[in-house]
Amino acid sequence: MKIVVDRDLCQGHAACEGEAPEVFSVSKKGDLTILQPEPPEERRRAVELAVKYCPTQALSIVDTEED
Amino acid sequence: MTTGTALREPPRVSGGEGENAHLDELSRDPIGLMARVRAECGEVGEFTIGNRDVVLLTGADANEFYFRAPEEQLDQAEAYPFMTPIFGKGVVFDAPPERRREMLHNQALRDKFMRGHAATIAAEVERMAADWGEEGEIDLLDWFAELTIYTSSACLIGRRFREELDERFARLYHDLERGTDPIAYVDPYADIESFRRRDAARVALVELVQGIMDRRAVGPPPADGEADLLDVLMSIKEPDGSLRFSADTVTGMFISMMFAGHHTTSGTAAWTLIELLRHPDELASVRRELDELYADGSEVSFQALREIPRLEASIKEALRLHPPLILLLRVAMEDLSYQDYRIGKGKFVAASPAISNRIPEDFPDAHSFVPARYLEPREEDRANPWSWIPFGAGRHRCVGAAFAMMQLKAIFSVLLAGWEFEAAQPLDSYRNDHSKMVVQLEQPCRVRYRRRPGTGAAA
Repeated sequence: MKIVVDRDLCQGHAACEGEAPEVFSVSKKGDLTILQPEPPEERRRAVELAVKYCPTQALSIVDTEED
Repeated sequence: MTTGTALREPPRVSGGEGENAHLDELSRDPIGLMARVRAECGEVGEFTIGNRDVVLLTGADANEFYFRAPEEQLDQAEAYPFMTPIFGKGVVFDAPPERRREMLHNQALRDKFMRGHAATIAAEVERMAADWGEEGEIDLLDWFAELTIYTSSACLIGRRFREELDERFARLYHDLERGTDPIAYVDPYADIESFRRRDAARVALVELVQGIMDRRAVGPPPADGEADLLDVLMSIKEPDGSLRFSADTVTGMFISMMFAGHHTTSGTAAWTLIELLRHPDELASVRRELDELYADGSEVSFQALREIPRLEASIKEALRLHPPLILLLRVAMEDLSYQDYRIGKGKFVAASPAISNRIPEDFPDAHSFVPARYLEPREEDRANPWSWIPFGAGRHRCVGAAFAMMQLKAIFSVLLAGWEFEAAQPLDSYRNDHSKMVVQLEQPCRVRYRRRPGTGAAA
């Protein structure tokens, strides 16, 4: 699985960091860094919650071939 | 964005023969005007206010273009001239996205403060209902507007400042909001009654804040942990020891901080209640949901931050049908094109939540109150991110949206737990007053309340 961020939409609310801190990090200024652009399968549930609770719907998951 | 191919001018809507073109119609029936633009012209159409053309974009595709456009193309700063006399010169209506991101993180809207805010809001609702007795009547506009003055001042500025306020502040603030006639697009200082009241209200608010600052200057310092934003601002001094921020500047800052969250939340609370009264089955199901949720004695500060699906669906549906902002504006900073239309530099470019939220292709039964559209699997808000736009979308999306939803959940958690409501006038007589750019309920808008049996009854 691969994480896709729509940078036009991200406002830095950091809901993703709350759901999956190993995968997402949001700085004090609100800049999002993806720590694991292709997170391991065992993080799928947490990443799905991050996608769901992103207030601006800036995140999505794209399934890669090895999934 | 600009290409060499032949571009067309956007089609013009009918009407607008008067002196200020479509301005009169905009102040009389803005939604009718905008609906006609879409019906006659499609997703790109033009009307004119004063001597400025407004290109109105509606529908998901055009909205996506609008909301994704960077500041260099579509700028918000100059689009709301009616706000300048309210905030004062030098206080900007909106900050660039980078600054907004910082605000979101550094200030009171941060996620970690939400629980404290929910407790504050619940307490303010209880405080305002404390003198209700067993039954009575309220005016929805007056009541929710006063409540949201207390909640927004307490949460955004601080408890210490909120304790200085009473209904006088709320009345003055209301005069500011009423001073937003669209004639401001021609002359923000036109000699009309509502603008005179607006300017007098701002002067009175500055005096009020000056009085608070004078008392603080000679009074004891705030107790540990009780300093609010005003204390912080007053602690910043010029080299000669005088205050950096005058009462006038502070007032402008506070007015602008409270503005975005005030009439919007107040109106949405009122419309949610009105729609629930119009749909008793929905009201009953929201009541059941809340009763079950709070049956274990849990606190509003806990639950208001969690999912309350039926209540949230009713709030979202009130927002869709009665969006607090019906017309969002930007200024084209360069010649732009959308599809094969030219959008000339200097024109206003607009999106309309009131129109887009009711597009029948995206929202079946678009004019009806149907909270079920937000429940799984429909989730029509998430399915239509560019046409379900009560909070706008993209980089300018309302940064207070999560705070607003929490606040509304807290308000209804308290009100519906303790009280029953019924309309005090015909259900179809509640409507918005569209004569101002700040849309509010038309008065009268009264409801009756009665204490719920078995809840905190007076001895």
